[in-house]
Amino acid sequence: MSMSKKLIPIYIMGKRYEVPPSLTIMKAMEYAGYKLIRGAGCRAGFCGACATVYRTKGDYKLKIGLACQTVVEPEMYIAQIPSFPVERAAYKLDELEPNFQTLVKLYPQLLRCLSCGVCTKSCPQELDVKDYMADAMKGDIASVAQKSFDCIMCGLCAARCPAEEVQQNIAILCQRLYGKYLAPKSKHLEERVREIEEGKFDEEIRKLKEMGVDELRKLYNEREIEPE
Amino acid sequence: MSYTPEMRESIKKVEATRPRRLTETFPLMSSKEKSELLRKFHPDYRPEGFKEIRVGPNKGEKAPNELVEILEGRSHLTPDMLDLSKVDYEADVLIIGGGGAGASAALLARENGAKVILATKLRFGDANTMMAQGGIQAADKPNDSPALHYLDVMGGGGFTNIPELVEALVMDAPSVIKWLESLGVMFDKEPDGTMTTIHGGGTCRKRMHSARDYSGAAIMRALRDEVLSYPEEISILEFSPAIELIMDEEGQVAGAVLLNLETGEHLVVRAKCTILATGGSGRLHYQGYATTNHYGATGDGLVLAYRIGAKLLHQDTMQYHPTGAAYPEQIVGQLVTEKVRGLGAQVVNVDGEQFVYPRETRDAEASAIIRECVERGKGVRTPSGRLGVWLDSPMINIIHGPGTIERRLPAMVRQFKRFGIDITVDPILVYPTLHYQNGGVALRPDGSVPGIPNLYAAGEISGGVHGRNRLMGNSLLEITVFGRRAGRAAALRAREVKLGKLTLSHLDEWNRQLEEAGIETDVISPILLPDYTRKVR
Repeated sequence: MSMSKKLIPIYIMGKRYEVPPSLTIMKAMEYAGYKLIRGAGCRAGFCGACATVYRTKGDYKLKIGLACQTVVEPEMYIAQIPSFPVERAAYKLDELEPNFQTLVKLYPQLLRCLSCGVCTKSCPQELDVKDYMADAMKGDIASVAQKSFDCIMCGLCAARCPAEEVQQNIAILCQRLYGKYLAPKSKHLEERVREIEEGKFDEEIRKLKEMGVDELRKLYNEREIEPE
Repeated sequence: MSYTPEMRESIKKVEATRPRRLTETFPLMSSKEKSELLRKFHPDYRPEGFKEIRVGPNKGEKAPNELVEILEGRSHLTPDMLDLSKVDYEADVLIIGGGGAGASAALLARENGAKVILATKLRFGDANTMMAQGGIQAADKPNDSPALHYLDVMGGGGFTNIPELVEALVMDAPSVIKWLESLGVMFDKEPDGTMTTIHGGGTCRKRMHSARDYSGAAIMRALRDEVLSYPEEISILEFSPAIELIMDEEGQVAGAVLLNLETGEHLVVRAKCTILATGGSGRLHYQGYATTNHYGATGDGLVLAYRIGAKLLHQDTMQYHPTGAAYPEQIVGQLVTEKVRGLGAQVVNVDGEQFVYPRETRDAEASAIIRECVERGKGVRTPSGRLGVWLDSPMINIIHGPGTIERRLPAMVRQFKRFGIDITVDPILVYPTLHYQNGGVALRPDGSVPGIPNLYAAGEISGGVHGRNRLMGNSLLEITVFGRRAGRAAALRAREVKLGKLTLSHLDEWNRQLEEAGIETDVISPILLPDYTRKVR
């Protein structure tokens, strides 16, 4: 795993650089001298800022990956897609109903989906995007929400979609509709919020706030830990 | 990139002890053991990592070397560089920072009638919030109470926390969960709606709410989408970090100068109230540690606030997350969520033996791992020479049934699978990693910064909520609780504010203070982004 002395050639937007073979695409770009502004975010695979398209020599196939999570290969041709001008429909969640009509009204192109599957092939999270888009076309919001949940909204699916779908925005819309309207409500949560509003814990908290450190430490050390 | 033969040998031992360990509980350490361990092994106690601050409100106090460098830095600007009468943007409330605290503040400021500008250094949502995996605490179960949560927070922080801030944190927690649900965050639940909750390090009740192991991402995505629903009232300025706060002649904060990172243009924002929500500073790599933090975590807001006289609290303590990835090399330092331990995985050494209770508070857990590797020589060595211990993830499926890891830790499974490691079958090699800025700008429970009119702060930038050590699940809580509070208070305050003529004359005053303290520096701060480019050979 240690950095090999032998460097490999890569092409960043067509320009050749030599970099150590153990680096991720992101670190290879920095090694080459790029001080990144766009195309770098969490650097850990959670934010989708570093969506990258690449191809390797002798292969016509375009591949995708997150620059922070993909190791460079020799003769790799790299381009990043830090921003893609997709539409986010104008809506306020409060005013929506969790049904098929809502999805189609906000994103009418949903019905143009060809089920070609390029979105699934383009997902660095390896989600079955085509599958949840099919569920969206059936209005099965709960299913879309569950299946798309790990989407990091990098937008590579939308960038490659021939039908101009905005899969990541369908995903977040369905997740929010599900979370707000369809998920079962927590009675204990409602109850606790009410208790706090009624001041049930005020006196206890007031006492704790006034307590000296020694007394507080004693209470802390003696508190009962809920078993597994 | 799977494990080497040497590592495989050690894994065999882990597998051999696993059946026995499934019924073994390593004892929690006593307060005395814990304080001795911290003193000896926690990075906060390494004197060479710290120096005295020579200027400003915390003059004479200590902070990590790297933080002192930027606190004592010079401005990007001089007072006469800009014509402040030419205002580019105007707002009731300017929010600096586009993570969870900034987004929460924007929503509440809007709700309270303010016209809002949210300026952020990278994209809106590129923040540590997005990376938080484990969960968010709230005492909403019948066997729990805000008082027990309060005790846990204080104990975890070494009883150095500010009581009024802790009160705000624990008392707002259930209503914040309810608010997040109303914004469409999908929390993990049982079929009857009961929240699925687990323990975190230092909790006495299972009150960790989660959204798989994408808890922060789920929250950030919903907050961001909600903010984007109000384009008329909330304007977003991306790739536009603040490089200086603007004052007016009365000495009130009156906005900020932003830098368009791509064009180099300076933008003047005049605002009646300003909220700093710039997050943490892991990208300063204190003591050379790798970090879990996002690319922009460079402590910008600390510098801006400090320069105009805001006091810092607990600026000398950082959180090292016990379980950062130690292998493979490509992801060293990245977070392995505490939820892995919350679900039952133990921490074991090269011989497959436990040496610490898996859910000590983070400071103690991290110190115990450092001791095991450095002092006791029981760590596992990687090909690049790093040390680590095993986090025995396969235990989770044995305890909770097959498929649990895949269902509840999909991000972790994916993270390691990308590099050829299956964490449902093999353990994970971990070592502490720089994770969180425990302290920061002192604030009041409404988010206002004492002594600095019209300035507010929320989230990781602030100090006092967590004392000297934050518990898991209290940062997602903090950003929402205090983001909301700051947003509301700033919007209400903005109704009364009358601003005078804008000025940057405080920079002359700052330069005078630097000179008086005999500080000669070529550091220009805030630094905005770390520089990882290979230096010219």
